[in-house]
Amino acid sequence: MTETVLGHPTLTGIVFFLLFVAATLYITYWAAKRTRTTAEFYAAGRSITGLQNGLALAGDYMSAASFLGIAGLVSLKGYDGLIYAVGFLVGWPIVTFLIAEPLRNLGKYTFADVVAYRLKQRPIRTAAATGALITVLLYLIAQMVGAGSLIKLMFGLPYEIAIIVVGCLMIAYVLFGGMLATTWVQIIKAILLLGGATLLVLLILYQFGFNYVELFSNVTEKYGDKFVQPGGLIKNPLDALSLGLALMFGTAGLPHILMRFYTVPDAKEARKSVFYATGFIGYFYILTFTIGFGAAALVGHEIITKIDKGGNMAAPLLAEALGGEIFLGFLAAVAFATILAVVAGLTLAGASAVSHDIYVGVIKRGKADEKLEVKAAKIATLCLGLLAIILGIVFKGQNVAFMVGLAFAIAASANFPALFMSIFWKKFTTQGAVWSIYSGLALSVALIIISPTVWVDILKYEKAIFPLKNPAIVSFLGSFIVGIVVSFLTTEKEAEEKFEDEKIRSYIGIGAE
Amino acid sequence: MREEILKSSHFKELVKSKNTISLILTLLELILYFGFILLIAYNKDFLGQKIYGPVTVGIPVGIGVIILSWVLTGIYVLWSNRVYDEKVLKIREKLGGE
Repeated sequence: MTETVLGHPTLTGIVFFLLFVAATLYITYWAAKRTRTTAEFYAAGRSITGLQNGLALAGDYMSAASFLGIAGLVSLKGYDGLIYAVGFLVGWPIVTFLIAEPLRNLGKYTFADVVAYRLKQRPIRTAAATGALITVLLYLIAQMVGAGSLIKLMFGLPYEIAIIVVGCLMIAYVLFGGMLATTWVQIIKAILLLGGATLLVLLILYQFGFNYVELFSNVTEKYGDKFVQPGGLIKNPLDALSLGLALMFGTAGLPHILMRFYTVPDAKEARKSVFYATGFIGYFYILTFTIGFGAAALVGHEIITKIDKGGNMAAPLLAEALGGEIFLGFLAAVAFATILAVVAGLTLAGASAVSHDIYVGVIKRGKADEKLEVKAAKIATLCLGLLAIILGIVFKGQNVAFMVGLAFAIAASANFPALFMSIFWKKFTTQGAVWSIYSGLALSVALIIISPTVWVDILKYEKAIFPLKNPAIVSFLGSFIVGIVVSFLTTEKEAEEKFEDEKIRSYIGIGAE
Repeated sequence: MREEILKSSHFKELVKSKNTISLILTLLELILYFGFILLIAYNKDFLGQKIYGPVTVGIPVGIGVIILSWVLTGIYVLWSNRVYDEKVLKIREKLGGE
């Protein structure tokens, strides 16, 4: 393969993309008529089934960055890419065992509902919404910047135009169609992505007589035995442990993921939906791993790195090599759909933290009628969407890779510990929760600035003050310790008494909304 | 009704059984994942051994962590659907079918 149409708009790419946009806008129009109340706007009227939500959760989680990024990483580094893929999956069992059902039974629209269930509303909602918003914003910036660059690489569309197109579509989905439209965008995207990746893997395996051993033989002949062995990715065990904690518990603290559990009718469907999601995501990462090896074998390092040094174009190049321009166009449109779906989910989660927690919970002290809250949520969506477009353009060309790691670290250190302790620990107090959230947040941000990730890679200092690349091992444990110590120093009789009621609702669902 | 539920041995047993299952499965997942990470950190040679042609031990182990994680969530869901939901139903029935 010498010539590629990658980087130029192709007819098939544009046709597939327009089909996707038309279908999703039609869904948004359909959903808009069913999006009037707060339960409809934030939670799709709790009408989503376990299987549908499983697909939507997978759709929310499988970003273009992880599809193109991990396939690229595997294509260039071989086995080490698999270590990343595994890390992104292992948070899901934790969500299943500890979080999904209590969250569904205790909350209404946001995870702050659960933390604030028996504690003081205003300080808790302020703290939890701050954690949620910062997580969402960091993730959103990383996605927007990635989207702009990827679309430029694939279609040759100017960066700013790409950001504006993505931003406007995502605002349209959320603003008019709320959670119902967002959910169906996720479902369609998940099916397209899983289908496209499966087809690509079948085409790879066809080349090797459906024999994985042949595929591995091919790459080891080309790149040596090292390619299928763990290499230099994990040098310092503590570093690996810290990143592992961030990925595992961060998944269980991502606001846009947690919010999805409110879209199903009850805890049983919530639990089923994580089981489906874990299966889809695990299957997806196994496919991505195969695609990486396929690209290394059939496209080769030289061409992959010529197009993009980081290897992000490995999967599209492979699609072109095996399925021609039509398949490339399809896969590029799928990547675009993937980006759109993820940013829409993030925007909705961010907007609900602003409208449900800050505006209604804190400013209005919980007293606002349905109409006013939906209006506030729509204004928040619009503002957040515009902010995402502006930030996406501002951060053009910046190294934003650390932002995803930081978002996971904050989710693991600020959001997860407070959520976990509020569900399981009777003596947890308002002060304990507030301090736990802010200390997790402050530790994550402060430590990542003085870590090699920012201090050396971005600020170009010689040696980092904090030795680990991801702060989670300190910030995650620190947040728990602070929460426990402060709770012991303060007592909250009312919260302790309410714990028994919380238990009844959490375990048998009586009173759940 | 609140007092009734809280005092009932069925409810206490329900909470205990669920917490035990959740705890065991969480620990298994932690061992599975961090065991994998520590194996990579401390014994790369073991994972780099060839077992079948060019296939190294690390490949089935890595894929295995993904599949086993999913199997664990399956065990949890199966237990909840078969055992836990039955127990909840019984407690609700005892309270006069709420």
